Amino acid sequence: MSNTPEDLSYTKDHEWVRVKGSQAAVGITDHAQQQLGDVVYVELPKVGDKFEASEPFGTVESVKAVSEVYMPVSGTVAEVNESLNDSPELVNEDPYGDGWMIGIKIDNLAQIDALLTSIEYEDYIKEEAAE
Amino acid sequence: MLKRTPLYESHVTLGARMVEFAGWDMPVQYTGHVQEHLAVREAAGLFDVSHMGEIEIRGADALSLVQRVTTNDASKLEDNQVQYSTMTNEEGGVLDDLLVYRINADYFLLIVNAGGADSDYEWIKKHVGALSTEVHNTSDAFSLLALQGPRAEPILQGLTDHMLDRVPYYWSQRVFVDRVDCRVSRTGYTGEDGFEILCDTRDARHVWNRLLVTGLDQGLLPCGLAARNTLRLEAAYRLYGHDMDQTTTPLEAGLGWVVKLAKGDFIGRDALMRQKEDGLKRRLVGFEVLDRAPARDAYPVLIGEKQVGVVTSGSPAPYLKKNIGFTYFPTEHAAVGTEFFVVVRGRNVPARVVETPFYRREKTFD
Repeated sequence: MSNTPEDLSYTKDHEWVRVKGSQAAVGITDHAQQQLGDVVYVELPKVGDKFEASEPFGTVESVKAVSEVYMPVSGTVAEVNESLNDSPELVNEDPYGDGWMIGIKIDNLAQIDALLTSIEYEDYIKEEAAE
Repeated sequence: MLKRTPLYESHVTLGARMVEFAGWDMPVQYTGHVQEHLAVREAAGLFDVSHMGEIEIRGADALSLVQRVTTNDASKLEDNQVQYSTMTNEEGGVLDDLLVYRINADYFLLIVNAGGADSDYEWIKKHVGALSTEVHNTSDAFSLLALQGPRAEPILQGLTDHMLDRVPYYWSQRVFVDRVDCRVSRTGYTGEDGFEILCDTRDARHVWNRLLVTGLDQGLLPCGLAARNTLRLEAAYRLYGHDMDQTTTPLEAGLGWVVKLAKGDFIGRDALMRQKEDGLKRRLVGFEVLDRAPARDAYPVLIGEKQVGVVTSGSPAPYLKKNIGFTYFPTEHAAVGTEFFVVVRGRNVPARVVETPFYRREKTFD
């Protein structure tokens, strides 16, 4: 069973968002890292890159699969977790902590309201699994 | 409707993630791809490869038919010996790669890829001509398990009285595994020591379960197709449909050692002879990526600015912890050490031609 902290917001693409003021940290969920398996490579954007909501901002690769990661909301990359270059396995080991991917400056805080709560996200995973 | 092996229920019970492969519903991984890969390198892994096809060639002219449709020299085989070979078309293109088992002078058994079972069977039947042989597609009657890894012998030995250390590399033997009549061969496609165990489809579950239980305290894991693919890539074994197909010859694929032009006529011989005389224009090379980005199948490959091909197999190598792959290069660029680019999502990533196999186990027998 995967871990879904209550204080975060989630997307249907399996990213999590930790909002602080007009900034937010973004990563992939515990469920997503479990599905991917051992992460061997993470490709991240540069500070200053701008993305629309749902646009891919990076790539996570396990031994078997290549997956894109999507912007939960529109914004500008303010920070990148450089430690994932050398230690991509942090995504598996600590998806909500040391495995964070980018910090963003949010364009429009109202977009956060459209994200899923932990309960909604868990329901969504169950629905997906049932399909 | 996808085909299922007799072990389908076992895979689901073990929590395997199932995927479609060559028309079959097969386990891609159980606990985890990397864990399974490492289990085979360091202890043992058990694979269900029952999707692979079996074709029997029987009769007084069985050897002649095998010689006609395969490129290696099956006349060198003794009873119970096994040989890796390819089947080629008139142009020398690879129709399949396979194992040829000589059971006895009148009975050869071919183990072919899942995707090739039906077409290989039709192809072989078409070439019987006046020979006194019968060809049977017995794929549904047989199941095949692969027990691979340094602990494979002690695990299997726990289930049989037959002295397995007397079965040399690329030999087979009729062996009772926990009272089940099996043909056990010292073969596999992982780069490790191990066995492939052929049994009646009705016995497959029993043999599978007994092996899993016997291997439990020796680190045996059930392993899926994902681990099988990365294991065979590290060992630089070609994958049919990726590293070779009808558009490539075994010579180009680096399998010249299974092409015996001196053995007499066979399908594709003239074309392969001509290619050998003219010299190869391209050949399969192994490479390492000089960057953290893995190269994947079908990614473009550039020499300088010019695309010369695509990655035919590419993956992170879990044991070697490198990104490795195969691609076809013009012969003049195929030398070890040649640097080139793989295009990864629009970015030119440096790579270098290296010696293969990428991984070689320390041999403990032969």
